[in-house]
Amino acid sequence: MTIKAALCATCLVDQFYPEVGEAAVKVLRHLGVDVSFPEEQTCCAQIGFNGGYRREAEEIARHFLDVFEEYDHVVMPSGSCASMVKVYYPELLAGDSEALERAKALGERTHELTDFIVNVLGVTDVGAASSGLVTYHDACHLLRELHISSEPRALIQEVDGVELQEMAGCDTCCGFGGLFSVKFPEISAAILNEKLQNIGASGASTLVANDCGCLMHMRGAMQRRGMNVRPMHIAELLAEGLGDASPPQGSR
Amino acid sequence: MAEVKTAEFKQASGRAIRNPGIQHALDHVMSHFTEARAAVIEADYGDESWESMRTRAAALKSHTIERLDYYLDLVDKNVRRNGGHVYFADDAAHANRIVLEIAERAGVKRVIKSKSMVSEEMGINPALEGAGIEPVETDLGEYIIQLAGETPFHIIAPAMHKTRQEVSDLFQDWLKTAPTDDIKRLCVIARDALREKFEAADMGISGANFVVAETGTVVLVTNEGNGRMTTSVPRVHVAISGMEKILPAMEDLPLFLRLLPRSATGQRITSYNTFVGGPRAASDEDGPEEFHLILVDNGRLNLLKDEVLREALNCIRCGACLNHCPVYRKIGGHAYGWVYSGPIGAVVTPPMTNTKIARDLPFASTLCGACRDVCPVKIDLPRLLLHLRQRVAEGDGVDGPANGWSERAFARRWYNAVKTRKALESSTRLARMLQRPIVRRGVIRKLPLPLVAGWTKDRDFPALAPKPFRQRWREGLGGD
Repeated sequence: MTIKAALCATCLVDQFYPEVGEAAVKVLRHLGVDVSFPEEQTCCAQIGFNGGYRREAEEIARHFLDVFEEYDHVVMPSGSCASMVKVYYPELLAGDSEALERAKALGERTHELTDFIVNVLGVTDVGAASSGLVTYHDACHLLRELHISSEPRALIQEVDGVELQEMAGCDTCCGFGGLFSVKFPEISAAILNEKLQNIGASGASTLVANDCGCLMHMRGAMQRRGMNVRPMHIAELLAEGLGDASPPQGSR
Repeated sequence: MAEVKTAEFKQASGRAIRNPGIQHALDHVMSHFTEARAAVIEADYGDESWESMRTRAAALKSHTIERLDYYLDLVDKNVRRNGGHVYFADDAAHANRIVLEIAERAGVKRVIKSKSMVSEEMGINPALEGAGIEPVETDLGEYIIQLAGETPFHIIAPAMHKTRQEVSDLFQDWLKTAPTDDIKRLCVIARDALREKFEAADMGISGANFVVAETGTVVLVTNEGNGRMTTSVPRVHVAISGMEKILPAMEDLPLFLRLLPRSATGQRITSYNTFVGGPRAASDEDGPEEFHLILVDNGRLNLLKDEVLREALNCIRCGACLNHCPVYRKIGGHAYGWVYSGPIGAVVTPPMTNTKIARDLPFASTLCGACRDVCPVKIDLPRLLLHLRQRVAEGDGVDGPANGWSERAFARRWYNAVKTRKALESSTRLARMLQRPIVRRGVIRKLPLPLVAGWTKDRDFPALAPKPFRQRWREGLGGD
């Protein structure tokens, strides 16, 4: 039976990094998933929630439930957004028992991309091929809210021609923290600096992470410094060498 | 109460980041603590047993905090039964008054202190000096920062930011000793100077790591032996404790004596675990003639009253959350502007002092969660920070929002842009037009709005993609 999944692109991918969304679609389709993109989707509400704007966040969360509730699975190329839905929606909607139940049920069916590929589809070798030394950054919410760390590593290791080279402090925050990096750019940059040193010292030619927030942050400084490491979302690495992303015949 | 300087958080954290000495100390000491902790937990317990110990400890602390009135009564009863005196202090000024009254009645001129964070909250040293009494810190780190006129840089390592040269200079200034960069020699100098103070003191003031309700025992966990001197040599001993430091029974203690030193410094056991049962009995050879225990509120009720923040009262002040915090590891303790630093400082400072003055602290975290994973009593620090952010953004029912208007406007703009698909599409279409003049080769090197401009000082900001994903989906990726 074909597995059906709705892609929640996340606002960063939708607006800044659409190529990551395309890569995710390509990988999922390659693995036989019938991918939908509900066009009413906007944002998971994490920005407002982390800023303390709970009332507004609650409304956006309800919108998310309305948009995604009808799907068997929701797949997000971000550990941070997935943890917003899975971990923090129940907290945000605790005051409304009906919405809370809906949120819990949807949370169970919501997965970060690599969690979905490895734990739902049961695949670690997606058939991708690339080259070079890859180092992996553990995005904080993926690691410590969703406890996903072996899945992306297994996927990377199975990419043909790629070797995983762990960096020191791979599980240490890059200093992004969304709003944090805007409010405290100097502290954020100091944390980032240490992360970039560790990336550089690993000798890897490619930096892979599962979250466009962390990647935007690290990439922004790597570009500024002219660092010779290619930052990549894991979906992009897994899509390399897979052929095109055209929808299967008969899909809507 | 100790002055709250948190309004200068940004400037102070910037100064710490630009200070190479402080950066070196943070790198060195924090790595030492975290590596030692990880090694000893792995060697002694492994993740699973450690996790179950943390779960038990959290449950026990929560149990005690939920029934704090009962346990406070029990402490009161049992300390009195042991011949001690018990006081309840509402705030810092009240606690200082109690100490000064005890000192006056007993004719105290010289005071020695062992480490106590609550006494830092109280600002007891200036209060004693104001009454003509000389207070001397006897924990080596605290002694160094007392000479330097500073506050603790770290909950358990107050002088970790001082180099041996700086310590030598301080000793040279205050004790007229010859300069040296030999750490052993510096320890001997401090030891000699403090020995005289121990012998001459009339009163010893200590903190309390735990207060055991069942027996009325104050427990101190120290490494230098000064705690034992402070509580046994002078004729008067005053122990000061936050009212949350209670454990129900002696049988609960071993769990915490395992968790605390491992979490703090990676030690299996500290050099001294001191149990104070009250004043000397007729049959005792030594010990103080008087024993006083002051249980301090000083804002803790503000935590207790809040169902979410209450969890912060479980804290046993081990410092593990500081050691593992990427923010603390760059800015150190002084930037937080009051007594407590790191994640736990960011949580307790606003409700214990002033939400407006300390409003930056709940936001001074990437919410990475490293603190929660190492907390020996499993305090969900990110959740508490999020709760406080809401109080800052929306007001706490008493005061209105502490956030500035520009941040509120920013939040409003976000909400209006993402509430529906239509709103999102029209606002991002507008943003694509507005960004045109400032985009070069797909990036923005300088964001023009003051609220966000700091971001592009060290990193490029991505331009919005020419075509968003949703448009690519419509134009073929999604199929027909």
